Amino acid sequence: MNAVPASGPALRARGLSKNFGSLAVARNINLELPQGARYALIGPNGAGKTTLINLLTGTLQPAAGQIFIYDQEITALKPDARVKRGLVRTFQINTLFPNLTPLEAVALVICERRGDAPVWWRPLPHYRAAIDQAFDLLSKLMLDNVCHVPTRELAYGQQRLLEIALALATEPRVLLLDEPAAGVPREESGKLFNAISALPSDITVLFIEHDMDIVFRFATRIIVMVAGAILLEGSPEEVANNPQVREVYLGGKQHG
Amino acid sequence: MTDVTAAAGAHGYFQAQARWRWLEIVFWLATLLPFVLTPSYLVLASQIAITALFALALDLILGYAGLISLGHAAFFGFGAYTAGLISKWGWGEPLSGLLLAGIAAALLGYATSFIIVRVSHLALIMITLGLCLLLHEAANRAGWLTGGDDGLQGVTMWRLFGRFEWDLYGYTAYAYSLAVLFVLFLLARRIIHSPFGLTLRGIRENAGRMQAVGAPTRRRLRVIYTISAAVAGVAGGVLAQTTQFVALETLSFQRSAEVLVILVLGGAGRLYGAIIGAVIFLIARDQFSGINPQFWYFWIGLLLVVVVTLLPNGILGGLAQLLAQQRRKKSS
Repeated sequence: MNAVPASGPALRARGLSKNFGSLAVARNINLELPQGARYALIGPNGAGKTTLINLLTGTLQPAAGQIFIYDQEITALKPDARVKRGLVRTFQINTLFPNLTPLEAVALVICERRGDAPVWWRPLPHYRAAIDQAFDLLSKLMLDNVCHVPTRELAYGQQRLLEIALALATEPRVLLLDEPAAGVPREESGKLFNAISALPSDITVLFIEHDMDIVFRFATRIIVMVAGAILLEGSPEEVANNPQVREVYLGGKQHG
Repeated sequence: MTDVTAAAGAHGYFQAQARWRWLEIVFWLATLLPFVLTPSYLVLASQIAITALFALALDLILGYAGLISLGHAAFFGFGAYTAGLISKWGWGEPLSGLLLAGIAAALLGYATSFIIVRVSHLALIMITLGLCLLLHEAANRAGWLTGGDDGLQGVTMWRLFGRFEWDLYGYTAYAYSLAVLFVLFLLARRIIHSPFGLTLRGIRENAGRMQAVGAPTRRRLRVIYTISAAVAGVAGGVLAQTTQFVALETLSFQRSAEVLVILVLGGAGRLYGAIIGAVIFLIARDQFSGINPQFWYFWIGLLLVVVVTLLPNGILGGLAQLLAQQRRKKSS
């Protein structure tokens, strides 16, 4: 039953709803991300973008609705079980391991993925393949020269890259990036997104981003959220030319 | 080419972490010195070994997994009473009795771990404290079983390996305590340098992120909590066997607090901190209480304030920092 089915959209949500008290933070949200898509999720502050990611990854439980990965329902699964099915996220605010080195952190995630993490009787140096993989991944994200520096001492931009490295180490099928370039200077955020667009084409990516240049450069489809609901989903041209979007989002408040 | 050497550096990093350092070997050889240098202090030396083992148990959950407990004496005392009762009921063989004490404490640890992993911070401190008080009062009330306030009398141990008498000077007691400490230290060292040990440090650093990369954090915490309870139970068991008595105090809040103080003084999250802390604390108590028994907590209070203020990672953490600075100076 848990064999990996490759049919259906990579990620699908049906009728997701959630209230915080009287405030509806998610209203009847329907999503369908085909495999390999590059989706941008945009919307004004407080539109419920991060809440949607929290609902999809299981940090929050929806009041109603269902979530599927390749037609397998995951609505009732805990966050870590969803990761095992390939649904992985990053965080807008760095959520790292301050006193571990990048090498330790990534090796840890790889051990977790390979099922070696419960092993207590064999020392880490025996896991040569996992260490090699960790080092390769860090090299790809230009973190190999700081792989022995404690995370808390890394430059902010490097911490943002490590944030992505940890997610990639799980070998995700669907990757949800919550403002991956948040706080990174503009000239560097391009580099960061180049790394993201270089990801294997079978990984499905959804990213939240405020910088419209980046959104239009890297997204193949765009979802616009307003007040907990999806206003529109379409190609970059459709979204750019939609008068409603212009009024509600682009016209209202300038971002980036 | 450069990539190959850099990757080799990555392997070397983990190897260097797990490698035995010469200072460690010297340290363990030094633990044999009391036999020759201070044979009249062997009773104190075995107290130190037992307390160090108890602090080591706490270090596994506090220093590595980030679980704070103010009630770890629950397992220490449970192990002590188990070992004591087994002998009182007619089975005086030390090693098997000790094994049973460890198993009993592990079962208690596993049972309570389901509550423990659900809470954190202040709630965690209160629940561990509450469980310990509960057990203390239960042992106090069950006088028919435990001897209540008078403690458990009538514990008689058979000779160790059928050969070594439990002598009055504590030769056998110290050898036994030290051997048990060493074996379980090896186990703890093995754990912290394994993938499981790395997972624990990950949970300590950021449990939320661990879930977000697919780790079942609660299950992992339950495992280490159970192991820690077993080690604490063995420590209590050794105390019961070597002193041939179990005091109600083994389950007390004071003992829980003391072991926490010892670990913080020595330095949590580095295994040897537990041992160094126990050595300093018990020798200081022995010396100071010789001068004025009422006054001794004044000095321990002062020591605690000074160490925590100046050396947030404990005495061992401070020493490690000093060594690193020296090394940096030399290399620059």
